[in-house]
Amino acid sequence: MKITCNGETKEITSDTTLVSFIRDMKLNPDTVVAECDGRIIQRAEYDTLILQEGNVLELIRFVGGG
Amino acid sequence: MLKINEQTIPFQAGTRVKDLVDIYKPGADLFIVNGYPVSPETVLADGDICCLIKRGENPTAEEMQSLLVARHTPGVHEVVKKAKVGIMGLGGLGTVVAGALARIGVGKLILADFDVVEPSNLNRQQYSISQIGLRKTKALKENLLQMNPYIIIETVDGRLTEESIPEVFKGVDVLVECLDDPVIKAAALRAALTHMPGIGYVGASGLAGFGDNNIIRTEKIHDNVYIIGDGTSAAGPGHGLMAPRVGIAAHHQANQILRILLAQD
Repeated sequence: MKITCNGETKEITSDTTLVSFIRDMKLNPDTVVAECDGRIIQRAEYDTLILQEGNVLELIRFVGGG
Repeated sequence: MLKINEQTIPFQAGTRVKDLVDIYKPGADLFIVNGYPVSPETVLADGDICCLIKRGENPTAEEMQSLLVARHTPGVHEVVKKAKVGIMGLGGLGTVVAGALARIGVGKLILADFDVVEPSNLNRQQYSISQIGLRKTKALKENLLQMNPYIIIETVDGRLTEESIPEVFKGVDVLVECLDDPVIKAAALRAALTHMPGIGYVGASGLAGFGDNNIIRTEKIHDNVYIIGDGTSAAGPGHGLMAPRVGIAAHHQANQILRILLAQD
């Protein structure tokens, strides 16, 4: 099935959780803010939220330094 | 009306700056009108704010305040002096952002950090050797008050958490993320987006090293929410944080804060 992530279409399997999707993108879930269909997802939900066909995901990634 | 060194006088058509010098500031040799230096021949218009300065003179406290605001753009200063900005993290980003905001006269700053000044900070952070060992909150407050004593500064010592941020910075107009650790950077944005609706927010990601200036960008995430950086240049071994590029990102942040306060986007 397809979802949109940061404006790009991505093909994923039907039982993909948010956390596994973020890891597949080679990102550390703890350093990413996720918004799914306009809703900010809390970190505790990353492991249980199962992505659905047509979801529009925005991932905002942070790297260290300040 | 004209405002001359904080005195209000009636406007007379044709008045030149030099006509005022003997009356209001004999010996003045620097003339600022509406925040910009002008020649003494400049003809004033009704409503102008004029500041006459004698170089090298030690001003009184009252004069000092009007001199410090002389270069503030009228209209802009009126807005920023009522503003309240929270700064999370007082390192390479936070010290530079705070300095820029203090200099333009942002009325209230909340400075938050858990750490003390140590020697390895001095490669990019706006502290001095004499401040090693001081709490960053205290050291930065001292420095900012030397730049502009007419602002209010609150300090918060201790580590910020996703849970504490909305409470600590309740009521700010803009919250600025100048933190180092990417986990708390993400948590801070999540806290703001979840619990601080409508707030201005300016974060940062990707500013280490000495890469291209122009890939440091200001990206709008939501209304009044911006992330600054190149998005990828993490601090790490062989890729340290350095004053020039951190400073570029910090001044992107400071200007974006000003733009949010002035409702420019």
